[in-house]
Amino acid sequence: MNKESNIYTVLFAASMVIVVGSILAYLASALSAKIKENERFEKQQNILYAMGVNQNEDEGSVNFVPTDKVEQEFSSFITEQLVIEGDKITEDDQAYLINIKKELDLIKDGKTPKLPVFIGEKDGETFYIVPMYGKGLWDAIWGFMALDKNMTVQGVYFDHKAETPGLGANIKQRYFMDDFKGETILNGSQYTGIKVAKGNNDPVNNIKDDNEVDALAGATITGNGVSAMISKTVRLYKDYFESLRNKE
Amino acid sequence: MAILTKKDTKLILDPLADNNPITIQVLGICSALAITAELKASIVMALSVLFVLGLGNVVISLMRNIIPSKIRIIVQLVVVAALVIIVDQVLKAFAYELSKTLAVFVGLIITNCIIMGRFEAFALGNGVWRSFLDGIGNAAGYGIILIIVGFFRELLGSGTLLGIPVLGNPIDKTGLYAIGYENNGFMLLSPMALIVVGILIWVQRSRNKTLIEEN
Repeated sequence: MNKESNIYTVLFAASMVIVVGSILAYLASALSAKIKENERFEKQQNILYAMGVNQNEDEGSVNFVPTDKVEQEFSSFITEQLVIEGDKITEDDQAYLINIKKELDLIKDGKTPKLPVFIGEKDGETFYIVPMYGKGLWDAIWGFMALDKNMTVQGVYFDHKAETPGLGANIKQRYFMDDFKGETILNGSQYTGIKVAKGNNDPVNNIKDDNEVDALAGATITGNGVSAMISKTVRLYKDYFESLRNKE
Repeated sequence: MAILTKKDTKLILDPLADNNPITIQVLGICSALAITAELKASIVMALSVLFVLGLGNVVISLMRNIIPSKIRIIVQLVVVAALVIIVDQVLKAFAYELSKTLAVFVGLIITNCIIMGRFEAFALGNGVWRSFLDGIGNAAGYGIILIIVGFFRELLGSGTLLGIPVLGNPIDKTGLYAIGYENNGFMLLSPMALIVVGILIWVQRSRNKTLIEEN
């Protein structure tokens, strides 16, 4: 057959698509269970990390609870998983599987989202852990934030899909995440969020009530993304925390 | 040597220096600028390209006699993309942590000009074994430059290497910082990678005058 003929070209292209397509489809379905399990463990690890259950050794390390123990630790530290849907609050032990991105999209369509809260107990303290989701420079950024009743940050975990290594990707470094500890989301009773600020003259972050943490050099847009993410997603939980405080 | 003839060795060694894909052919610059702010990322990228280019060259070389020339670029793209996706999926299932580090590179590998360049210039016209060696050689030549650039950018920009502080602590002012040294934040930005690559080209050309074009 003439290799340069149109028929050959079309046949070649068609069979290539079928072969490559079936290889990829087979692979995706064969591995999907394993990949899903990895993602589930990762979510549990991230939630536990935010409330301070991790295996960090020295100053710079970010070490999660190992995957073979994470399910057990998750059920022992996380005492309640709640889903807030409008005014309705229900308990759901699968709440950590809620895809927060989809729920945030619902808000855009004017619908009521299902917002998960994880309540953790550690050393007699209660943590309320909420998910976050937003945009960095290249792609999605997300994370979890552990708060107390007064919306003071007890710990955070950030992650990203494709921020620049060495710049925006440093949002998941200890020195950035640890800066959030002790910062307040509220200013008085006003919701302010936490701003990732350049030149706030506080590089070691000693001032905790300024609603600001020091920015990363060279990662302005990722930093702004983090500020926006906190301001947008954590705000959705404002009423829930208010009701917690009013209960007493 | 029995396995590697003189020609074969040349296939591997040439791209390391006198025919380097980055400093001589100026291919693959985009990824060299984008991800060299850290040494670790440079090493990971170098290894990924080594794998994809070695394997891709073999696949293309195997198919070289049946690929219609009209759509050869598309075929090449499909091969790279499929390889990268397969690697990505397998890592996600069996080495989840590693796959997260690599996620950012997936797009950059598919669009890396060196890969398309070697498919087009070499694998389409040469045997499997020689194509494999050419792929390994070129990826190594690319990787060396990436690692050199990553080394200087991380050292001068953050004062660390592979994430470990080597010049002291800039906040507590220990080590070099005690005598007034400061990290150069500029080194973390992409334009400085271009300047580092430029300096490498300059050094290479002044050591080997035959590389200088006449005009």
